[in-house]
Amino acid sequence: MITYLLRRAGLAALMLFGLICLTFIIANVAPSDPAALAAGPDAGRSQIEQARREYGLDRPLHEQFLRYVTDLTRGDFGRSVANGRPVGQDLARYFPATLELCLLAMALGVLAGVPLGMLSAVFKDRWIDHATRILAVSGIALPPFWFGLLLQLGFATALGWLPTSGRLSVFTEPAAPITGLLLVDSLLRGNGALFTEALSYIILPAIVLSLPCLASILRVNRSEMVEALRADYITAARANGVLRRRLIAVHALKNAMLPTLAIIGLRWGWMMSSTVLVETVFDWPGIGLYAVSSAISGDFKPVMGVTLIVGLNFMIANLVVDLLYGTLDPRLRDA
Amino acid sequence: MASRSLRLAGFLFRRSFASMLGLTLVTLIVALALLGPWIVPYPDDVAGATNLAGKLQPPSAAHWFGTDEVGNDILTRVIIGARLSLLVGLGITLAAAAIGVPLGILAGTAGGRLREAIMRVTDLFLSVPGLVLAIALVAALGPGIANAMLALVLVWWPGYVRLAESKALSIREEPFIEAARVAGAGRLRILWRHVLPNSISPLIVKMSMDIGQAILAVASLGFLGLGAKPPTPEWGAMISIARGYLPDWWWYAICPGAFIYASVLGFNLLGDGLRDILDPRSNRG
Amino acid sequence: MSLLEISDYRLAFDGFDGTAAVLDGIDLAVEAGDTLGIVGETGCGKSVLARSLLQLNPVPPARVVSGRILFEGQDLLRLPEAGMRRLRGRRIAMIFQDPASYLNPLLAIGTQLVDVIRGQDSAAGGVVRPRRAARALAAELLAAVGLAEPERLLDSHPHQLSGGMRQRVLIAMALAGEPRLLVADEPTTALDVTVQAQVLALISRLVADRGLTLILISHDLGVIAQSCARVAVMYAGTVVEEAPTAELLARPLHPYAQGLLAAVPDLDRPEHRPSGIPGSIPNLLRPPGGCRFHPRCPRATAECAATKPLLRELAPAHRVACHHAAP
Repeated sequence: MITYLLRRAGLAALMLFGLICLTFIIANVAPSDPAALAAGPDAGRSQIEQARREYGLDRPLHEQFLRYVTDLTRGDFGRSVANGRPVGQDLARYFPATLELCLLAMALGVLAGVPLGMLSAVFKDRWIDHATRILAVSGIALPPFWFGLLLQLGFATALGWLPTSGRLSVFTEPAAPITGLLLVDSLLRGNGALFTEALSYIILPAIVLSLPCLASILRVNRSEMVEALRADYITAARANGVLRRRLIAVHALKNAMLPTLAIIGLRWGWMMSSTVLVETVFDWPGIGLYAVSSAISGDFKPVMGVTLIVGLNFMIANLVVDLLYGTLDPRLRDA
Repeated sequence: MASRSLRLAGFLFRRSFASMLGLTLVTLIVALALLGPWIVPYPDDVAGATNLAGKLQPPSAAHWFGTDEVGNDILTRVIIGARLSLLVGLGITLAAAAIGVPLGILAGTAGGRLREAIMRVTDLFLSVPGLVLAIALVAALGPGIANAMLALVLVWWPGYVRLAESKALSIREEPFIEAARVAGAGRLRILWRHVLPNSISPLIVKMSMDIGQAILAVASLGFLGLGAKPPTPEWGAMISIARGYLPDWWWYAICPGAFIYASVLGFNLLGDGLRDILDPRSNRG
Repeated sequence: MSLLEISDYRLAFDGFDGTAAVLDGIDLAVEAGDTLGIVGETGCGKSVLARSLLQLNPVPPARVVSGRILFEGQDLLRLPEAGMRRLRGRRIAMIFQDPASYLNPLLAIGTQLVDVIRGQDSAAGGVVRPRRAARALAAELLAAVGLAEPERLLDSHPHQLSGGMRQRVLIAMALAGEPRLLVADEPTTALDVTVQAQVLALISRLVADRGLTLILISHDLGVIAQSCARVAVMYAGTVVEEAPTAELLARPLHPYAQGLLAAVPDLDRPEHRPSGIPGSIPNLLRPPGGCRFHPRCPRATAECAATKPLLRELAPAHRVACHHAAP
């Protein structure tokens, strides 16, 4: 088990290094001249050359790469051209908002997806199965940005129940962050009003973000449950009189949860990546919005930073899934 | 035997409402893409005529989904957009498969260092979720529909390597390959005769699904302002403009979004249905 | 009244290619305390018949065409699922062919046994005993099937056990509800030869000690000869011969039973070459008319193709379904 985890962790570290290489390559094949970009739009030739020297861009590629890696290990992601701030600082500022959004969306996806998948497997080919199937295919096919706009129109504009966009009202000044997650911080401080306000802002983007995730958890869980319910060990347990609800909720579900966990890990990465759409629609101040606005202005240091953060998150999620696999599957524990 | 399995496939497909709905939607979208210029209600609006007097009209008998900010019929522009979306979705998928499948089969049959190298690079690309990697690439290459397509192909090919490699690996272990090798069949011949035909079913299923996802991805980049630029009649870019006219001119965003939804839904359902009959063992979401 | 009485039981499986008549008019009776073996080739319907006793065949594709299965006077084919649940494990229990796939790979042995025991409690309608008490009983059951260190075993998982141990665990589970009828579906087929004998001996001992009625399904006449007083021979969904085991081994009357016996290698007479039965089992989508064995039968006549022979008692307790069989 330990060696299994170490192996997985080693592989993840290797992947992280590869990812750093990848972002470096992308940045260097770019047709635009980073020095020209850094010097600003009105810079003359000499200013560009000066910027080139200043940023070390006149050095050979392997030296530049070495510097890129050592900078990264110190948490230095370079400087944004647009606002001149270090990208690392901006990432640290925007990431908690994205994390909070993704955590809530994932919670919604798992809490709705697993039971619905279970239900539709148990009532296979009945109306509830057909209804959840529609939900599942829609979840994957609905363009998140369009769905977000529709929800804004419905719940914010027409009904007026929820705010349209943002993370908090512009008049609200949240106290200094503890975890950076507003919902958690407001609970820690016992500030019920702030919690309700934060919840009213986060709920629509969280729903939009969770829908594709919910859909794939539901599909995988359903088909794995169908498979598990047909398995020999379920027949045996049934023949020996194990209670039906225990049979479904423990004996079959535990087996169905292994592949479901894998999809949850995968979806965590996709979810982080869809924040570029959802945060744009809802003006949510996270790394997704940061990446998009930087990409539009051709400011690609921040974009590379976001790419690295999302990739890192994806790897961590997969490690957590591996760990959970180990605790759930006794065969792996002994391996 | 072959005709029996074909009949069985047809029977299973027709029995499934979802599969038939998918086929219907895909047929409709393809028909719109092919016939677009001849069936649109306002052919003049295709080329980008302006009619500022009739701009931003609500849905009516004359304009079912209203008009846009320069007075063009929204339905007309959306129908014309079907051609672009379908071509782009198809193009990305085909290009990704054309890169990925040969590499995957090579990795699966060659083994050794070559396989290791191919698979590591593949894993690397798969380690960053698609959309973010695409945005990073577009940021480096510059926005625009061509660059968006290029970025999405670069994001999409590794999936095909994985698929082809696992198929080639599993087939390599089959007794009939062993038999063919013993009988003296060359590597290329084995590839051509055995590995490729056995990978076709999952490949078709994946491609059908991916066309839908590629359409969605291109629309997403268009919406973010990193893909097609207005006035190109691209669905995502149209929604991005329509967003500026919300909430008062709410109908502007409805029609293009519904078309994205319908086409992605169609290709997904079709892929799902095809998987049920062609490749029933795999059911990854 | 017999403990179990199956009469004119027909079961079909509906599929794309049509309907397969899997069981075609089964007539069998089992008295309390009886040990009945059912022998036949793969695909003859013996496992489907065994599963019918607990209503474990998936519906659809399975469909009951006709017949009755009376157990303690109740017709199992007309019993609602809730009633069936009260019978499973408590009146009729079952053990299966491949112990590796019939134990849940992710749950500890103890958890699986405790769930069975508590399920039985709840089906009995009484109080469901707490998990700790159920665990104590589980350990007793494991000891009763001859497993050492039952306490430690409760915390282990199926992959840590040998095939023989797994089958013993499954037998322990089947005993948890103190059933009257034990149905064993090829219980030794997946095991090593040496372990087979031990498991068979265990089953025989438990049957004797606990006064169980046994139905043992096997394709191996030797296995049945060891543990059953009576044997029924099945072919393509029908019972073709039924007799006391010793009698059938000495004097098989049905041509198929004769062929089956001739196909068994005899270690005492190595010069005797085992012979196969020519032809192959029929396609049940289009079964042959009349006697289902007639296309392969050396004694077939026009009558065999036309009318289905019924089971006739040709000697005391010896019934044969063949137009030409004579004592």
